[in-house]
Amino acid sequence: MRTIYIMWLRELKRYLRSRSRIIGSLGQPLLFLLALGYGLGSVFQKAGQGNYINFLAPGIVGMSIIFTAIFSGIGVIWDRQFGFLKETMVAPVSRFNIMIGRTLGGATIATIQGTLVFLLALIPGFRPYNWALVLPTILVMLLVGLLFTALGTGIASQLQDMQGFQLIVNFLVMPLFFLSGSLFPLTGLPKVLSAITKIDPLSYGIDAFRILLTHSGHYSLSLDISVLAVVTLVFLALGSYLFSKIQI
Amino acid sequence: MGNIIEVKNLSRKFGDFTAVNDISFDVKEGEVFAFLGPNGAGKSTTIKMLTTLLQPTGGSISLNGHNPKNDPSAVRSSFGIVFQDPSLDDELTAWENMEFHGVLYGVEKKLRRKRIDELLKFVELDDRKDSLVKEFSGGMKRRLEIARGLLHHPKVIFLDEPTLGLDPQTRNHMWTYLQELNKSEGVTVFFTTHYMEEASRIAQRIAIIDHGKIIATGTSAELQTQTQTASLEDAFLKLTGSEIRDEEAGAGDRMRMMGKMFSGGGRR
Repeated sequence: MRTIYIMWLRELKRYLRSRSRIIGSLGQPLLFLLALGYGLGSVFQKAGQGNYINFLAPGIVGMSIIFTAIFSGIGVIWDRQFGFLKETMVAPVSRFNIMIGRTLGGATIATIQGTLVFLLALIPGFRPYNWALVLPTILVMLLVGLLFTALGTGIASQLQDMQGFQLIVNFLVMPLFFLSGSLFPLTGLPKVLSAITKIDPLSYGIDAFRILLTHSGHYSLSLDISVLAVVTLVFLALGSYLFSKIQI
Repeated sequence: MGNIIEVKNLSRKFGDFTAVNDISFDVKEGEVFAFLGPNGAGKSTTIKMLTTLLQPTGGSISLNGHNPKNDPSAVRSSFGIVFQDPSLDDELTAWENMEFHGVLYGVEKKLRRKRIDELLKFVELDDRKDSLVKEFSGGMKRRLEIARGLLHHPKVIFLDEPTLGLDPQTRNHMWTYLQELNKSEGVTVFFTTHYMEEASRIAQRIAIIDHGKIIATGTSAELQTQTQTASLEDAFLKLTGSEIRDEEAGAGDRMRMMGKMFSGGGRR
């Protein structure tokens, strides 16, 4: 327990100390929200899909969560490069707990980022249909954050340096984000694209946000939560296995 | 007294390269043991295997009666280590780095706080305890790492070139503390260094490793007699030759090398 707590605390402290990173990482979601929200708003409206900002905001919340979560999972590589990983690896505590603590830390940070983006989205006029459902939304954010931090940690355990970083961004994070239905509705898609969105776990996270915040979604909330929970467990198991096998 | 470290026919290969080649040695409980060798001789690789960071490709290790392979946790709680490369968290303060270590090693809160204060005073960092480590100079980081390695009072402490980049005052100060700890608590000290004078003065027994093989073991005096030289430095040079070795690959290079190994040699 103390291991999980101290690892979690470390992630949080590091996050809270880098104010410029917090503000910097809000720039991208804000840009997406404003440029796409206003840029495509009228087209979206004319196509009979309603208010695009309302549709887009949950997707952008999902975007900030997946970016923050995967990058904080990838932090394992930084720790390896700066040597701190060794310090945790020689400690007489289970590596499973180290991994869980880190992952919870990353998920907490992702949730904070997601909540900040949600608040930012209020500026261009996004409103949840029921404020009481914001709290459950935050819980789902935590679940999505856990899922992707675990994925990031698992991947980082296999990498030796930052050279693979660009690869991960371009071939994993970007596709996961763009193919998740964060920017477009999941109805009426070409077959291949539709199939891909179905295997993208982020689709279910963003769908859950939409159901909770705007009362409109593609799947059902119970399906979304079930898929997220199962995938999270699988990634946690896989991530902690790979993490426990790290050699330095 | 028994042996706290027993190493039998230990080997480690990286692809075709044999870093450690079939070495055997013992370290007695309560001993101050120096592990010497030129750059790239296999010192750090051996320490990594002793400290569960790397799996051997052959042979066996027993540390405090435990095998790192079967029972890494028991081994890990038996030793403390000061690494050759930095291993602090730059984004945390000096005090937080200590606290983090103490919590991970299960040092009870009251004792932990007391020892942190003592150790930070000892390495003369108590006035900077709330500064972020990234603001520290190289020497200050080194001192903090040493303080941290001593926090949980281990049975064995590994020091991989601990005095590199330290001024004579700090070096002297550190060895005095370690020798006291060795006497009062019977902590076994296992260290590597390039300062032969230091090894000769501090170590009760010395092993010299070169090209992955242990080529001599004994006290400083025994090594000098064996090689008919007047100082450990001369004995060392006679045993290992005077040609200059390539610097050991930096951490990044080693990582890359291992990365290649893990992905079967072909990384783009």
